[in-house]
Amino acid sequence: MKFVLPIILVAATLVLMALAIFGVGQSAGTVGIATGSAVPGLGSKADTSEQALGSFLTDIRRRNWDRAYSALSKTSSVDEPSFIQEWTGSNGSLRTFSTLETYEARPLHATSDDAQMRVRMRWTTPVGPVEDVRDLNLKHEGDVWKVVWPKFTAPTVPAQVIPVNYLRWDLVNGGADDGWGSRNVDAPRVRIISMNAVDSSEGAVVMGEVVNEDTIPAFVNVNATLVDGAGKAIDDESSFDKIAHVLLPKQVSAYRIDFPNIGLKNVKNVRMDVKATLVPASADPVIGVMDQKVDPDAQGKSVLRGQLLNESGQTVNIPHVIASFYDNNGRVIWVSDGYVDRALLPQTSEPFAVEIPKTLASKVQNFHVVVNQYSLGKS
Amino acid sequence: MQPKNLSDHSVLDKSVLAPAAQPASVLDDSVSADAVLKDSVLKEDFALKGRGFKPRRKYRKIDRGLSRCGRILAATRMQPWLLVWVLGANLGQVCAAQDIHAPTSVPAGEDTHFTTTGSDKATFYLVGPGVSSKSDVELAQGVRIPAQSVRNAGNYLAILCSDTCRSATFYVTPAQPATLTLRVHPSRVPVGQNDAVSGVALPFDQFHNLVIAPYEVNFQLTSGNSSVMSRAVRTLSGIAWFRTSSGKNTGILQVNAALNAVTSRRAVQQVASDPCNLRIKGQRTSKGIMVETEPVRDCSGNPVPDGTIVTFTASSENTKSSVDAPIKRGIARAQMEAPGATTISAASGVVMGNDLRIGAQP
Repeated sequence: MKFVLPIILVAATLVLMALAIFGVGQSAGTVGIATGSAVPGLGSKADTSEQALGSFLTDIRRRNWDRAYSALSKTSSVDEPSFIQEWTGSNGSLRTFSTLETYEARPLHATSDDAQMRVRMRWTTPVGPVEDVRDLNLKHEGDVWKVVWPKFTAPTVPAQVIPVNYLRWDLVNGGADDGWGSRNVDAPRVRIISMNAVDSSEGAVVMGEVVNEDTIPAFVNVNATLVDGAGKAIDDESSFDKIAHVLLPKQVSAYRIDFPNIGLKNVKNVRMDVKATLVPASADPVIGVMDQKVDPDAQGKSVLRGQLLNESGQTVNIPHVIASFYDNNGRVIWVSDGYVDRALLPQTSEPFAVEIPKTLASKVQNFHVVVNQYSLGKS
Repeated sequence: MQPKNLSDHSVLDKSVLAPAAQPASVLDDSVSADAVLKDSVLKEDFALKGRGFKPRRKYRKIDRGLSRCGRILAATRMQPWLLVWVLGANLGQVCAAQDIHAPTSVPAGEDTHFTTTGSDKATFYLVGPGVSSKSDVELAQGVRIPAQSVRNAGNYLAILCSDTCRSATFYVTPAQPATLTLRVHPSRVPVGQNDAVSGVALPFDQFHNLVIAPYEVNFQLTSGNSSVMSRAVRTLSGIAWFRTSSGKNTGILQVNAALNAVTSRRAVQQVASDPCNLRIKGQRTSKGIMVETEPVRDCSGNPVPDGTIVTFTASSENTKSSVDAPIKRGIARAQMEAPGATTISAASGVVMGNDLRIGAQP
């Protein structure tokens, strides 16, 4: 009798260990964070396409590159370094600072030999969570499923000399012994040229456009305060990263200020405040926004997509796209933004896409895109 | 011990009884007390008391003290000559008390001498804007205030203390203007703007006190070799100001303010205004369409500064391309990708340029 309890405990422990080793990858769904084998090397065979993809993405998330690469189909014409570079990024791009946090996969279609899965990956990045949707093909090879990985061709820039008439503004600060008011330089003149406040599913949104009217660059931030009927401030927020902060002379940028969980029905007035300070800046790089068009993406959402073309001779590490959408009266009805996770090398282009809310897609008559850029080693 | 005679005793009895019943009568009948209080507020106050008025609170203590002295003298049967001697000694003390006489105003940064009365040593306190000092002085020599103690203009309080404290107030006025602070706004101004340039001049003395006395300030604005404005303005409460329009040409606008021999200069940068008649031209190249502006100028013909952004937008049937290109050497240019028939427009800030239609790539 005294051995019964220990025997039960040992048996239960063994069962749980077996479940942990062999059971998780099979029983869990395709939500990424809980999938994968607990002990490396003891993973189960990928008997289904879902299991194969789950195991593959778990290895990616754990940066277990060898195992992930071994899960690729023989038909994949990609070498391991290129495969790793595609996931880890290069040239100081946003991807180099990102980590795959979760993923969610669902089958698009499947046969006994091949399958297509749509994967929604959620990355943690320094600029906030970024979502990436990819359609992946899987093939049944032997008795396992393998991921077919398309060939990734990293942009290569030929050796060349790109003449640039270097144009920048430097800021010289006066010394401590300056007399009062003897060397003052006024802040740049910046003006809000349009403003629109709307209710969205996540709260109130104030948006519009701001222009630098001066002949010097400006660092711009737009703040808004919602005021109720009694004249009391409800909330105040800033445009944060939904604006191109550094505006060159006569440059126009859209801005968007979000007020989460606040409805406009209680708002009587919106107080706008634009702050501009003089900053050193450069007129380069020049980034063109080519082939802009609004069309539905694979999920049926309306997106504005296009190509960013770096017309300069320096690498843009993290391009940031801010798009303003106008109705037929020329009024700004929405502002979207998005980061491109690949670096923009000189004279090369990278695709981008920003989403338009479904309710507004039909009202969009025109749009304007500005490109903000962050480069390593520059403020 | 018996008294020498009854009359003396009776006199003393009266004096003992009198203060209790009518304390004021002691002072009213006393010649010595009257002399001490001559030409003072005390005299009036105590005299009124005898006619039914109550003395001010601060004199009641003195009144009670003197009454008490009378009772003590009566109780100790002090002789009248002793009373006279005590009162005389008090009179001497009062005559020897210190006092200070200050001028109503003193120029900033100048040595000042205050006359004092009295003969003893005393402590002198000076309290003013940014100043607080204490020193021992001989009353016979007066009080000398060094120049560095009265550099800041404003109200000062001088206090002289020995047995009691006496005080006097005086005002330190600013000295002659030594510097002229000139504020000009803005530091950059587009050409051709009405009432766009303003300036304020404030005269200060060598101790940085604002000179409030009225002075005439001459403002002169010059652009290149030509005079834009010349105006004499009298300061009001220490301030003189002007407002004027910006010129027609870009460049430095010199602002000069002069108050006698004191001058101050500032510069305002006159910059080009918004672009005017923004015109573009373009042609197809192997890479797409090269589009550029004609030299960009404002409506006064001044070249718009390099770095100003011109936005080129190429619209074709289905797609749109845009480039924010900076003006370099007076011209903004961009490379556009548009294989089909395209309309290209340009804008700088809120100013629109002409449209350019380019046919499809052959």
